[in-house]
Amino acid sequence: MTSLISDNAQSCCVLSPVQGPAGSELKRRIQELCGENVLECYQCGECTAGCPVAYAMDIAPNQVLRLAQLGLEDEVLSSSAIWLCAGCETCYTRCPKGVALSRVMDACRQLALERGVKPKELSIAKFHDQFLTEVRRFGRVHELTLTALYKMRTRDFFSDVFTGIQMFLKGKLALIPSLVKGRDEIRKLFARPRRGSSEK
Amino acid sequence: MRIGVFVCWCGSNIAKTVDVEKVVEAAREMPGVVYATDYKYMCSEPGQNIIQDAIKEHKLDRIVVASCSPRLHEPTFQRCVEAAGLNPYMVEMANIREQCSWVHDRTPEATQHAIDLVRMAVAKVAKNEPLTRSRLGITRKALVIGGGVAGIQAALDIADAGYPVVLVERTPSIGGHMAQYDKTFPTLDCAACILTPKMVDCASHPLIEIWSYSEVEEVNGFVGNFEVKVRRRAKSVDESKCTGCGLCLEKCPVKDIPSEFDEGTGTRRAIYRPFPQSVPNKPVIDRDHCRYFQTGKCGVCQKICPVGAIDYEQQDQVVTEKFGAIVVATGFDVWRDERAMAQFGYGKYPDVISSLQFERLMNASGPTDGKIVRPSDGKTPRSIAFISCVGSRDEEHGYPYCSKVCCMYNAKQALLAKDKLHDVQTYVFYMDIRANGKGYEEFVRRTIEEYGANYIRGRVSRVYPDGDQLVVKGADTLLGRPLEVRVDLVVLATAMKPHDDAKELARKLGISTDQYDWFSEAHPKLRPVEVLTDGIYLAGACQYPKDIPDTVAQASGAASKVVGLFSKEAILSEAMTAYVNEDTCVGCGLCVEVCPFGAIELVEVVDREKSTRDNQVMKKVARVNEGVCKGCGTCAAACRSGSARLRGFDTKQILAEIDALADAALAGRQ
Amino acid sequence: MKYAYYPGCSLESTAREFGESTTLVAEALGIELVEIPDWNCCGATSGHALDHKLSIALPARTLGIAESMGLDVVAPCAACYNRMKSAEVAMKSDEALRSEINASLAKPYEGKITVRSALEVFTAPEVLKSVAENVRYPLRGLRPACYYGCLLLRPPRVVGFDDPEAPQRLDEAMRVVGAEPVEWYFKNECCGASLGISKSSITVKLTGDIISNAKKHGANCIVTVCPLCMTNLEMRQAAAGKMRGEDLTIPVFYFTELLGLAMEVPGIRKLFASHLVDVNSALDAIDQYQSMPAGVNS
Repeated sequence: MTSLISDNAQSCCVLSPVQGPAGSELKRRIQELCGENVLECYQCGECTAGCPVAYAMDIAPNQVLRLAQLGLEDEVLSSSAIWLCAGCETCYTRCPKGVALSRVMDACRQLALERGVKPKELSIAKFHDQFLTEVRRFGRVHELTLTALYKMRTRDFFSDVFTGIQMFLKGKLALIPSLVKGRDEIRKLFARPRRGSSEK
Repeated sequence: MRIGVFVCWCGSNIAKTVDVEKVVEAAREMPGVVYATDYKYMCSEPGQNIIQDAIKEHKLDRIVVASCSPRLHEPTFQRCVEAAGLNPYMVEMANIREQCSWVHDRTPEATQHAIDLVRMAVAKVAKNEPLTRSRLGITRKALVIGGGVAGIQAALDIADAGYPVVLVERTPSIGGHMAQYDKTFPTLDCAACILTPKMVDCASHPLIEIWSYSEVEEVNGFVGNFEVKVRRRAKSVDESKCTGCGLCLEKCPVKDIPSEFDEGTGTRRAIYRPFPQSVPNKPVIDRDHCRYFQTGKCGVCQKICPVGAIDYEQQDQVVTEKFGAIVVATGFDVWRDERAMAQFGYGKYPDVISSLQFERLMNASGPTDGKIVRPSDGKTPRSIAFISCVGSRDEEHGYPYCSKVCCMYNAKQALLAKDKLHDVQTYVFYMDIRANGKGYEEFVRRTIEEYGANYIRGRVSRVYPDGDQLVVKGADTLLGRPLEVRVDLVVLATAMKPHDDAKELARKLGISTDQYDWFSEAHPKLRPVEVLTDGIYLAGACQYPKDIPDTVAQASGAASKVVGLFSKEAILSEAMTAYVNEDTCVGCGLCVEVCPFGAIELVEVVDREKSTRDNQVMKKVARVNEGVCKGCGTCAAACRSGSARLRGFDTKQILAEIDALADAALAGRQ
Repeated sequence: MKYAYYPGCSLESTAREFGESTTLVAEALGIELVEIPDWNCCGATSGHALDHKLSIALPARTLGIAESMGLDVVAPCAACYNRMKSAEVAMKSDEALRSEINASLAKPYEGKITVRSALEVFTAPEVLKSVAENVRYPLRGLRPACYYGCLLLRPPRVVGFDDPEAPQRLDEAMRVVGAEPVEWYFKNECCGASLGISKSSITVKLTGDIISNAKKHGANCIVTVCPLCMTNLEMRQAAAGKMRGEDLTIPVFYFTELLGLAMEVPGIRKLFASHLVDVNSALDAIDQYQSMPAGVNS
C-alpha cells in the first residue's frame, strides 16, 4: 500500500524509495482529492502554532504534512490529528505558503475511510458518518434523531442527557424530522461522488 | 563575392550529433562559397588563426562561422575578421549548437538541419554591407541617486578617481538606513562610528556636490550624455547663511511630529534635521507641518535665527544637468502593512514594534538615549520575543523572497539586548537560520551559546495582550508541539521591500524592474552591477535585499564601472541600429510608442517648398537617436510603411535567408 | 431589498431563536426574506470532513433552486454560510466540477447569484443606518464580547467580508444599538465546533479559554453569529468553569436578538426563554441604565 515502511512513530522512519508513480501515491491522491500540493509546505510550523486542537493531537498539524511529504501513509491515515481537526481554517488563513491544511485533513480522512484504516478517533468518525446518513435519509439533519442514533452507535447514553432534556423542554428539539421532497435527487448527489463509509 | 564557411565541432558538443564533415562538404556547394573547413574549437586561438589565414589566402570577403549562439561569440569573430582586414559586420553566425546539436539526437536529419542553418547564413551574409560605429563624446560627471551607504561609497570612489559627482538624496540628510542602526553584525561596530566619517568625507570632498531634499524628475539622453532634471525642494533655510547652530530646532513650537528617522519612536519639530550628525547639518522646514505655512502665523524660527537664514519665500528649483553615468542607489523600504500584520497586532499594541524601531531604542542617539524600554509604559522589558520572517518568505501576506539580513540582525539584537539588560530573557522564533557570510554563523552561535538566546524553530501564529504582557502563540516544530510564551516586548523582523515609487523611478530611467519592483540587473551572475541600459549602474539594496558588506562591495563595483566608462576617449555607438526613411515615413508615431528604449521621436521636417508662395509645407517624421537605439528591431517590425529599417537585419537579408531555406526544400529534400 | 432565505437545519431546532430573530428583524427593516423551497442541509463539517465533492454538491442543489428564484441568498448560520460560500466559489471557478455537479441537479447552479451572511446583510452601511434610526431601547450598559468564531471569517479567500484577524462588523453593529463592545482577544478563536458532541473535552477547554478572556475584559454577555458557537458556549460553560475553577457563567446572544431588542421588535423578548443560560443579568444591566438620565453613560 505504501512505498515507505514505518512501524510506529517512535521507531526510525525507513524510507525505501520506489521509482515511478507508486512512490508519490499519497501526495498524488491528496492533490486529486483536495487540490493541495503538500510539497508547497516548508514546515514553518505556523499551522501548529495557531491550531486550537493541536494540544490534543498525537502528531502536530505540520507533521501531518511532513509525513505526507515523505509518503508515510500509514502514519498519517492512522493519526488522531486528522480526525481532531475542527476545520476552523486558522491554519489556512495564516499559512505563508497558502496551503489549505484543513483541506488536506479532509482528504486524509476520506483516504483513511477509502483504505479501510480504522479511525483513531472513532467517535468523531461515527458522528460525521451518522450526520451524513441523516442528510441522505431526510435531506436535512434532524438533531434529535442524529443525537439519539449517534449515542446508540457510540454506546454513550448518558453524557449531555440533561442538556438534551432541557433543549427538548425549551422546544429546541423537534419530534418530527422535516423532510426534503427532492430526497431522490439528494441520494443521487451521494451516489455520484463516490464516498467511503466507515460502516460497510 | 568570396564567402568562407568555418564549421566548429565545439569539442563533442556539435560533433557528436552533427556530421561536421558533411556540413563542410555541403557548404562548398553553396552559392558564393569559395572555401569551407572545420575545426575542433573555432573560437580558440588556433581556430581564429585558421579564419584569418583563410581570409588572406583565399581573398575571402564574407565569413560564416557555424558554431554556437551569436550572443556568446559574435564579438569574438567580429574582432577576429577585423584583425584580418574585413569589416566586422561581414560575419554571420549559424547557431548549430543551441539550435541544433543540443536539441537533436545524432540522425541524418540533425546534420541536414545544420546544413540548412548554414545555407541561410550564407544567403544572408551575401547581402551584408559594411557598417560603422560612430564615436560619441562623454560628459565625465556622475549622478548618484540615493545617499545611503551605497550612494556614499559610490560617490566617494568615483570622486577619488578624479571625476565630479552629484549625490542626490530625497531626505534632508545623507546616511540612509545605516545611520539609523545601533551596532552592525557580526563585528558589533557602531554604525555611526563607521558611517559618519564617510558622510563627512562626502560633504568635504571637492568633487562631490550633495543635493539633499531633492528628487530626480526626468532623465533623457543616453550613455555618456544623460540630461537629468532634478527638483531641489525648497528647504526654507538659506544654506549660505545658516551656521547649523540649532537654535531654531529648540524654539519651534510644533513639537509632536513623529520622527521618520526614529521610525515613530520619537518626535521632531517642524524645522528639523533628521539626526544630530546629519549631513548637510543644516535644518529644513517641513511645510506640511509648519505653523507659519499652515496658518500664516508664527515665524518663531525667523525671529530667533541670529543670521537671518530662514527664508519662507524660497521656491523649489528644477535644475537640468548633464551626466555621463548614473548610479542608482535608492535602497529599500521596510514593510509596514499593519493590516497584513494584524495577527501580531502591529500598529495596535504599542509593545509590538519593528526591528528598525528596536534599533532606534537601542541607539545611544535615539529617543531613549539607548535605553531599551517598552513604548507603552517606559518600563524595562524582562523578556523580549523576536519574530523572524514577518512579511518575508510569506507569499500569502507579504513577499515570497528571503530578506536576507533579518536572521543576522535578530541575533545581533538578541545579543545586544542581553548585553544591555542582564536579566532579560530573549526568544527568537525562526524558520531557518541563514547566516552565510564571513563570521556570521559564528556570531549566531555566540548569541545562543554565550548570550543564552532561546531559539525556537517555528513560526508565530498570533500575538495578543494579557494584562500588561503579550502572549506569543507559536510552535516548536522540533518538539512537534504548540508553544506559548508571555513577554514584555515583541520585535518583528519586517521584510525589506522596494520603495513604493521604485517603479516610477525605473520608468524615468528607462530601466526594468522585477516582479516585486526591485531594479533588474543586466545578468544575474555576470553583470550584476549593470542594467540593460548602458551607463546606468546599480548599487545596494535597490536591486535586492543586501547587507552592508554586499552593499558597499556593489557600490564600489558600480563606481569602477563608471570610472571605466569615463576613462574611455569616446563611446562607440551600436552599428546595428534602426533608421527611418524620412521620404516614405508618414509620421504615424507607432514606432515611437513601441520602442522599449525611448530612442525614437517625431520631428518636424520640411516636406516640400511651395513654389507659389514663399512658405513651406511641413510634415512629421520619426527619427532614431542612434546613441540610445539598441537595435532590437521592434520599430522595423511595427512600421506600416516599411520606413523603419534595422541595419544588419534589412528586409532583403531576412528574405534571402527564407528563400534559401525554401529553395532547399523545393529542390527536393527526400 | 429581497433575499432568498436559507435557514439551515439548526435554525429550525437548536437555534430557533436565531432563525426567528433573523426573520423578525428583517421584517422590521423592510428586508424581504423568501424561504428557499425544499432547501436541503449544507453538509456542514461532516460533509467536507468525509467527502469533498459532496460538500459542494449539497449546497449547490440549494443554490440552484435559489438561482431559479433570481435572488441572492442570505444564510444566517456561520457554518451554513461558509459551506454555501465555499460551494459558490468552487462552482464559479471550476468549470469541470460545475458541469459534473449540475448534471445531477434538477435546477443547475450557474453562479449567477451569490451568498451573504446575515451579519453581512444587516451591517451593510444603509441597513445599519436604518437600524440606528429604529433604536428605541438603546442597549447602554450592555458590554458584549463580540465573538465572530471561525467560519464567518475564514478562509478569507472564500468568505472574507470582514478582516479575518481584526474583524469589526459585529462590534460596529453593537455600537449602533448603544452597547459598548469590550476589547478582548479571543473574538476569532475556535470553540471546537462539531467536536462539541463527539469530543466534548476539547470544547470544554476551548470555550473555557474564550469565556474566560471575555469576562476578564469586562464583558457581561457574549454575542455570536453561529448556532454551533452558541450551543458550545452555552452548554459547556458550566463544565469549563469547573475545570478552570472560575465562574464562567455568562449569557450568550445571537446578534439578531440584540438588534431586535434594541429596535423593540415585537416577539424578540420571548425568545430569551429558550436560552439554556439565563440572560436576565444582561437585561438587568441594560435596565439599570434606562432608569438613569441620558448622558450618564458617556
